[in-house]
Amino acid sequence: MRDGVIDDLETEKAAVAEASPIFELLNGFVTELRNAGLPVSLSENLDAIEAVRHIPLEDRSAFKAALAATLVKNHTHWRSFETLFEVFFSLRGAEYALDGDSDDPFGDLDPDDQDGPPGAEGQGQGGGGGDGLTPEELAEMLFQAMKNNDQALQRALARQAVKRYAGMEPGRPVGGTYYLYRTLRNLDLDAMLERLMQEAQEDAGGLTPLEERLERDEYETRMDGLRKEIEAEIRRRLVADRGAEAMAKTLRKPLPEDVDFMHASREEMTNLRRAIYPLTRKLAVRLARKRRHGRKGPLDFRNTVRHSLSYGGVPAEPKFKYPRPSKPEIMVIADISGSVAAFARFTLHLVYAISGQFSKVRAFVFIDGLDEVTSYFDGVEDIAEAVHRVNTEADVVWVDGHSDYGHAFEVFWENYGNEINSKTTVLILGDARNNYHASQAWILKEIEHRARKLFWLNPEPKAYWDTGDSIIGEYGSHCDGVFEVRNLRQLERFVDNLV
Amino acid sequence: MSHRFETVDEVRGDLAKVDYLADDAIAGIVYLADRLGKPILIEGPAGTGKTQLAKSVAEMSDSRLIRLQCYEGLDESKALYEWNYKKQLLRIQTESGEDESWTEIQDDIFSDEFLLTRPLLEAIRAEDRVVLLIDEVDRVEIETEALLLEVLSDYQVSIPELGTLEAKQVPLVFLTSNNTRELSEALKRRCLFLHLDYPTMEREKEIVLTKVPDINEHLADQVARIVRSIRSLELKKHPSVSETIDWARTLILLGIEQVDEAVASETINILLKYRSDIEKALKEFKTNSAQVFTPAS
Repeated sequence: MRDGVIDDLETEKAAVAEASPIFELLNGFVTELRNAGLPVSLSENLDAIEAVRHIPLEDRSAFKAALAATLVKNHTHWRSFETLFEVFFSLRGAEYALDGDSDDPFGDLDPDDQDGPPGAEGQGQGGGGGDGLTPEELAEMLFQAMKNNDQALQRALARQAVKRYAGMEPGRPVGGTYYLYRTLRNLDLDAMLERLMQEAQEDAGGLTPLEERLERDEYETRMDGLRKEIEAEIRRRLVADRGAEAMAKTLRKPLPEDVDFMHASREEMTNLRRAIYPLTRKLAVRLARKRRHGRKGPLDFRNTVRHSLSYGGVPAEPKFKYPRPSKPEIMVIADISGSVAAFARFTLHLVYAISGQFSKVRAFVFIDGLDEVTSYFDGVEDIAEAVHRVNTEADVVWVDGHSDYGHAFEVFWENYGNEINSKTTVLILGDARNNYHASQAWILKEIEHRARKLFWLNPEPKAYWDTGDSIIGEYGSHCDGVFEVRNLRQLERFVDNLV
Repeated sequence: MSHRFETVDEVRGDLAKVDYLADDAIAGIVYLADRLGKPILIEGPAGTGKTQLAKSVAEMSDSRLIRLQCYEGLDESKALYEWNYKKQLLRIQTESGEDESWTEIQDDIFSDEFLLTRPLLEAIRAEDRVVLLIDEVDRVEIETEALLLEVLSDYQVSIPELGTLEAKQVPLVFLTSNNTRELSEALKRRCLFLHLDYPTMEREKEIVLTKVPDINEHLADQVARIVRSIRSLELKKHPSVSETIDWARTLILLGIEQVDEAVASETINILLKYRSDIEKALKEFKTNSAQVFTPAS
């Protein structure tokens, strides 16, 4: 479907024959959404055009909602949509117009409704609005704005802060994060949060822990709002400098299911953790259904006869026995050394979340020593907690804490080798970077002999396999399958096929 | 075809009259659905008012609500239509003996009289305005989804023996999904999409104030704040809006004016249903702020 649509781009443009600027803009927007990986079909594009006809264009949030409703059909794509929307439409609309440097950013503020900030009025007359403020005054005004939750003032101050601290110059080839960092460093929001909390303490004459927690959450929400304002302002300025298309390209971020485990940033990690829970639920439902819906069983004679009674003895409704395939036993052996720890964590999480599909799950983790961690998961409601314990408590260091697959396999084979039987599926997780230790690949050969299946999941891109100290080729020759599993999408596919 | 609503604000206002507090996105999408004649697919965590939205829209626009509850194994005889074969049999038996030609009987037994309408067909054939709610559409198998497509895109149902029945009026269709599986592209493409998340603190406070009449502003504010804090934790199941309301009602019944730690820990089992979640939340609220996470900057 999607490819066909891309081919039809010209036709699609023709369909937007009105060619008023907003529709052209919309077209560029949709193209960019597709570039970012969102599957927008032709009919959805037309729906969007139809929808914005019914929406007053000056109402920005309604406009955004209309586009979202017609173009984004998956909530995990929302972030990409939102960023692109900002990029494409941030310079449109009067209240969002970029202030020229000569403009007074406080122009839209009525000085009378700011009672707190000293110097706001005095300075306002003299030095061209906010430009004349000293850094301390700016910080003080921001503090008051945060305290009183005055969002208009926060927005204005965010602009002012970006203008002053970010040091943005046209054509400078650095990303938005650099400017964001510079601005935030100068504002020192952490210290401001502490001060806000202190004042709240004093105003109330002492807070109980609960109240304190609630106050803190409130201020943190406001801080997040401010941070978003600053980010948006930086983005607006960058777009003005570089143009929407170029900006969209630099901002293009992988969707959560495509994020590489090994190179995920902290924020992406949080998103991944959030994505894994609904994923496991979906997977569990799907697997349970698959199991129930194999309809290849033989005729169930007894049941058929019993049901024939309601048709006067005519076996009109044949009944079948449903096959009950035996559930496999599974052993997961995971490398949890630094570089691949995140990958091991997600895979363990996923495997345990669907442990109902297996008759037994056992988990082992290693770096250069090996430890069984099955008991960590016993009767635990919270898998994430257990996985966390695995990472902190398991006894996996033997000599120096550098991956030694050979030794880990030796330990495994000695202690647990004879518990592998023809029902066991063995999963090994790791990048097979053995730090030039002995490989002991014969153990894998033995395991493969004994086990039902032996699979290796490697979080490295295929191109890096067998380079440097990676000996995946040697290990892989003894496995029933070696898979590249770099993101949630690949992991989900593998687990789906495993059961 | 006249439209149900004139402006987005009208939608919001009318919804508020039936005690449903809609934000911009919700009111906007209901308005658009009416204008474009498209179904709305609502997705989101449990207990955020997905089903209630359909009910409230029906109530405010004075339309009949027709509901199709989806489940595994739903088929066309339960969703679309079925021939009333018992009545058909009777018809054939009463006529036997008399000299009526086979074609006559055949034409006769496959007529309206012997057709049992099921929710989808009923919504199509209704004379008055209706709201069709297809609840938990993610529960049907992916193959069964195809049943819905004709109804959703063209508002018609094809019955081999009768021909195509077209809608007398375009029903306003809501589909809800708990996202237990990915819905097919074909279905999504035909719908407007709304992700209904937990409300913002301000909106939740308003909701509590509307739904719990005896509550005062201060307590409602506290309730909404605590619930927001709980939702920011990593839990198995976050408290839903309906649980927030239940909690607020409980507090009123107990005659509590001010929530402190003791009250919170005694009544938290109304908000959270897993033991591990409750423990985690209580621990969080008792910790002093010093070691509580500081936001990443």
